[in-house]
Amino acid sequence: MADDTTKYGWPAAEQRSLIGKRISRVDGPDKVSGRAKYTYDVHRPGMLFGKMVRSPYAHAKVVSIDTSAAEKMAGVKAVHIIQKEGSEIQWAGDDIVVVAAVDEPTAADAARAIKVEYQPLPHFVDDFSQPKGVAESTDPLTQRDLFTMFNNDAPDEQVIAAVQKRGIAFQVSPELAQRMKDNEVSDAVIKALQAAPVKYAVATSSPYKKESEQVKGDPDAAFKEAETVSEGIYGCPVITHCCLESHGSIAEWTDDDHLFSHISTQNVSGLAGQYAQALKIPESNVHVHQDHIGGGFGSKFGIDRWGAYTAQVSKKAGGKPVRVMLERDAELQVAGCRPSAFARVRVAAKKDGTLTGWQSDSWGTGGPGGGGAPPMPYVMAIPNQRKQHTAVATNIGPARAWRAPNHPQGCLITMCAIEDVAAKLNMDPLELMLKNIALAAPRADIYKEELMIGADLIGWKKNWQPRGKSSGVTKRGLGLAIHTWGGRGHDSNCSFTIHPTGAVEIKMGTQDLGVGTRTAILIVAGDTLGLPLNAIDLKIGDNQYPSSGGSGGSTTIGGVSASTRRGAVDARDQLFAKVAGALNAKPDDLEAVSGTIRVKLAPSRSMSWKDACARLGTQAIQVTGKNPGPGDLNSSGVGGVVMADVSVDTETGIVKMNKTVCVQDCGLVISLKTAESQVYGAMIMGIASSLYEEKIMDLNTGRMLNPNMDFYRLAGIGDIGELVVHMMTGKGYDERGPIGLGEPPTVGPMAAISNAVANAIGVRVPFLPITPDRVLAALNPQGGSNATV
Amino acid sequence: MRPFEYTSPTTAQQVPALLGKSWGEVEILAGGSDLLSLMKDDVTSPKRLVNIKQIAGLHAIANEGGALQLGTLVTLDRIGSAAQIQHQHPMLASAAGDAASPQIRNVATIGGNLCQRPRCWYFRTGHGLLAQKDGKSLVLQGDNRYHAILGNDGPAYFVSPSTIAPVLIAYNAKVRIMGPRGSRDLALEKFFVIPKTEQEREHDLQPDEFITHVIVPPAPGVRAAHYEVRQKEAFDWPYATAAVALTMNGSTVQSARVVMGHVAPIPWLSAEAAQALQGKAVTPATADQAAQAAVANAKSLGHNAHKIHLARVAVKRAILAAAGAPAHAAVERNGHGGVA
Amino acid sequence: MDDLPDKPAKNDKPKKSKETHGVSRRDFLKISGVTAAVPLVSQVGALALAEEQAGIQGPGKVPVALTVNGKKLNAQLEPRVTLLDALRDQFELTGAKRVCDRGTCGACTVLMDGKAVYSCSVLAIDAQSHEITTVEGLGEPGHLHPIQQAFVDNDAQQCGFCTPGFVVATKAFLDRHPNPTPEQIKHGLGGNFCRCGTYAGMRVAVMQATGKMKG
Repeated sequence: MADDTTKYGWPAAEQRSLIGKRISRVDGPDKVSGRAKYTYDVHRPGMLFGKMVRSPYAHAKVVSIDTSAAEKMAGVKAVHIIQKEGSEIQWAGDDIVVVAAVDEPTAADAARAIKVEYQPLPHFVDDFSQPKGVAESTDPLTQRDLFTMFNNDAPDEQVIAAVQKRGIAFQVSPELAQRMKDNEVSDAVIKALQAAPVKYAVATSSPYKKESEQVKGDPDAAFKEAETVSEGIYGCPVITHCCLESHGSIAEWTDDDHLFSHISTQNVSGLAGQYAQALKIPESNVHVHQDHIGGGFGSKFGIDRWGAYTAQVSKKAGGKPVRVMLERDAELQVAGCRPSAFARVRVAAKKDGTLTGWQSDSWGTGGPGGGGAPPMPYVMAIPNQRKQHTAVATNIGPARAWRAPNHPQGCLITMCAIEDVAAKLNMDPLELMLKNIALAAPRADIYKEELMIGADLIGWKKNWQPRGKSSGVTKRGLGLAIHTWGGRGHDSNCSFTIHPTGAVEIKMGTQDLGVGTRTAILIVAGDTLGLPLNAIDLKIGDNQYPSSGGSGGSTTIGGVSASTRRGAVDARDQLFAKVAGALNAKPDDLEAVSGTIRVKLAPSRSMSWKDACARLGTQAIQVTGKNPGPGDLNSSGVGGVVMADVSVDTETGIVKMNKTVCVQDCGLVISLKTAESQVYGAMIMGIASSLYEEKIMDLNTGRMLNPNMDFYRLAGIGDIGELVVHMMTGKGYDERGPIGLGEPPTVGPMAAISNAVANAIGVRVPFLPITPDRVLAALNPQGGSNATV
Repeated sequence: MRPFEYTSPTTAQQVPALLGKSWGEVEILAGGSDLLSLMKDDVTSPKRLVNIKQIAGLHAIANEGGALQLGTLVTLDRIGSAAQIQHQHPMLASAAGDAASPQIRNVATIGGNLCQRPRCWYFRTGHGLLAQKDGKSLVLQGDNRYHAILGNDGPAYFVSPSTIAPVLIAYNAKVRIMGPRGSRDLALEKFFVIPKTEQEREHDLQPDEFITHVIVPPAPGVRAAHYEVRQKEAFDWPYATAAVALTMNGSTVQSARVVMGHVAPIPWLSAEAAQALQGKAVTPATADQAAQAAVANAKSLGHNAHKIHLARVAVKRAILAAAGAPAHAAVERNGHGGVA
Repeated sequence: MDDLPDKPAKNDKPKKSKETHGVSRRDFLKISGVTAAVPLVSQVGALALAEEQAGIQGPGKVPVALTVNGKKLNAQLEPRVTLLDALRDQFELTGAKRVCDRGTCGACTVLMDGKAVYSCSVLAIDAQSHEITTVEGLGEPGHLHPIQQAFVDNDAQQCGFCTPGFVVATKAFLDRHPNPTPEQIKHGLGGNFCRCGTYAGMRVAVMQATGKMKG
């Protein structure tokens, strides 16, 4: 049955009509003309507007709520208490009450008329100060603790020792055991977990939770024998997603127990279950719809507290549609952020640059839950390691997945520490990286190739000077980093129909975050059927279509392209079967090219697509495309390289980007133009988080000081310098099938830019964002004040 | 935004009566970009807005006895692009043409720019102009990385947000203020005051007064330049700015006006820097000496020491740029009044 | 100017408002009046006169007539409604987006008499005498404006939420700078922000549009 699966395989390069070509995104005209409808743009008949009362305290108990004045106001249709008296609030801006009214000003007036009394409790928002004198935690391990260990490749015996010593705070269900097995967790570890006592943590007053030390190899010997030891401190603060379309939805009840929700989401097919649980209605009663989304970046997988209460307040208002979109300040305060990470690191090396030992003492916050350690050392598996992480629980607000969770932080700390080794040895970091590239197994060869291409594109040989050798007031420097990500395609289903009229229809419960998902699906379908993109009607963004995974972890392109390919091949082959007789050929001898069905070896024997479809009579071809499914269409794991060229004005401390290069592998590129856009965008986001972005918390009030776009700063069109993207394609790449691209190129820029700055000015600016105050403090340790721990 | 009533007087004389007798009850709507943000954030909640844009006489760029007369409603964009200003007060044209963003410059007025409220993040997030809580300053205890390094004896620690005011003060500009009893002129450097209580504002206006004109004396032969230490090319708030106007006597400075912005609760006119330059040729060394003098009395609030350094760099670079700038054109006496 | 009295006069307790929303004009008159220490009567007289001359609108809904994309649009709006919210919620012109709502990000950019403005920072009532052009007025799928076409061709968009604002800002910018330098683009489009990071395509798009608009 080999044929049955190979027929689904990706076409060879010379047979691709659309795959891998530069094609303008299909929804571009709608977007540039303002016609594309986002959730925020949806206006339902009779729609009410929601406004919230939010906690001004970072940590408090709700003592009393008086909504009476608001309820009496004209135009107010419903008031719903979200967190009733006695609730403990864990971050400023948290939602307490929602009001639905006939228009937005009225809703705002009503929200202002609600009196909430709080009992303020002590808050803690300082994730920057290094935890000192903290004893190792004896709390039972949470699932997150465990996954952090797995992500950090902790040796089995240490995981088992920690499990036995501390116990676990969760049940190991058969599903969980299977999931771990699927993710290559060893049987010994799974067995230890199943045997471990299940305990529940005792709440402690300390915000710090020091994780078990992780040791690999013999770090003591490595540091003792080291010919050089480089020490440094590195880190980056909490940043927010700052989606331009804020989180929110329009919820309405079509009858007593049927909900219709327009919602800004990365997870169209995954929300009905969440609504069902929150609202106690059957999952099949929930209809979710979204045409376009104004950014998610990992923060829009759930219905969220506001999704649930929007539905609840709609119910109170007789089922009328209620729109709740977060205000910008709330968006920045409560709708997710990326955890901070800071670390003191020592790296042991030989004089020739061979890396031999790693020691890190790290900390950071992901909000009230603390958060896990970033993977370190990142990509470069230095043989001897000792690592200790302390999670800092804060009232900063909850963390959410942010493009390549934990990787940018791990990459920053690792690549900066390695660059510091090179500087200490007076070596070219490119040379040092190449010397140690075997540590980047299993992708060492990919990185090597990418490093050479990147070096060429940025002019490394010509422009690189040893650290601190750039002269003048404005100094120039180069830096590099390498990164990785998994990105295997997720589960995806589509219905694929060929109508007797020749019309082709695809329905899939996926979403296009602006990455070009629509375009990619159509490219795969068009390439398979020999049709132009506009001959195919694609419907996505609705959970009434066959379900497809959430767009996270760079899993979408692999998932949707594989399900589309399988659906298209099956539908096409059914059409071949119908028309083969008329062409006097066997179905296997046919091909669909340029709007015709023709005989491969005798192309003149052909019929137009339309004529072929007309032979279907009244019966359309309808198939389901699935991923996973037959044929080997997906794989996982990519490598990429980022190099940055910066200029630093050493009098003002202002860093300007000259040029950034990203050389990126993502297996088979389906939609080249939008793929390149992904990489450009990732670099620009990386520039912003390197130079500008920071969720600034006030230690006294526990509130965010910059919940606006004046001071929560993004890069503008003039701040990004020249950008060069090089996609790795062809042999060694294409045969791996499409692999996700949304995350990997976001990982490297921070490290590359920090390294370029260090190379330029001769000293490390330890923490991002690299603002003038931090640069000046690094240049003159006595003068600054914001950059010391 | 809370509800308010809206009125659009057509003569300047109607305005004082329409304004309230205490701050906050009535606000003037000119460009509105700052005001509407303040109202949305509930930092100010006026019961009335007086839209002054229907007052025809306040839109003009005119010549007043050789001086440049700007109606309070002249937008930054018009100031930046008026040929007359580009020739006679190029530093003003340049500062206005580079302020904020194109969208802001198209609506923001010169009067509104001078009266815009501080960007202090404690003020903007509802803690009051002086940001005091239980008698203590949130600024002193908290994150003051962008706060004042001069004039910061308290209780005000915010910085004056206008990038145009230092330029105008360097040019010896004055403002014409109309109140219920008529008009008065006031040197712009005296217009700004450091408030001592939460009830005061950052300028000399009474609640029922407003700026009708800004008058900039001619500056023939003056060499002037401003410098802004701003991290981003895009819309961003500067760490420090400096505006320098030099009157030269041959190759030495006869007199200088050195004004810093974003360093104090008011635009900061530095007599020390001016004095340091007097009688000297401008060189990198003398410029730096003057810059040092400009920040000699500056002090850090704990997290803003970098601003002392950055203000010094701004002053030094502005002095050097001014010395290298072409001398300003003289007023064309026969020139027609307005380019509006 | 005389000092203000510490307390309002006792007999000036505000009467109950007759209006449903916020303050009434009568209460406001009182509030303003009581703090005027000296010529109370003449102040109130001057105020009444000025109010009569200038006319007072609101705080309740008032008729607002806008000219948008060449069409007259009418609505009953409170004075506090911004042009952006009027366009989006009253007239369903949702191309301009509400993002920062504080005049920083540029997603709400529209043209007012041909100039780019942040529609979140303009009151609808104040926009009445001006010609407003939104992104919808520049072109539509099938008949895109050269700038819009250039944005499509160069993939100057990802999620697309900032895109309409950028398109409109580019229109105003190129009208003024038909032959822009890269330096002018940096500042001319410095009032708009994109989160996905689409500036690379935009820079090329702006240059392409320059050629097309001239040709």
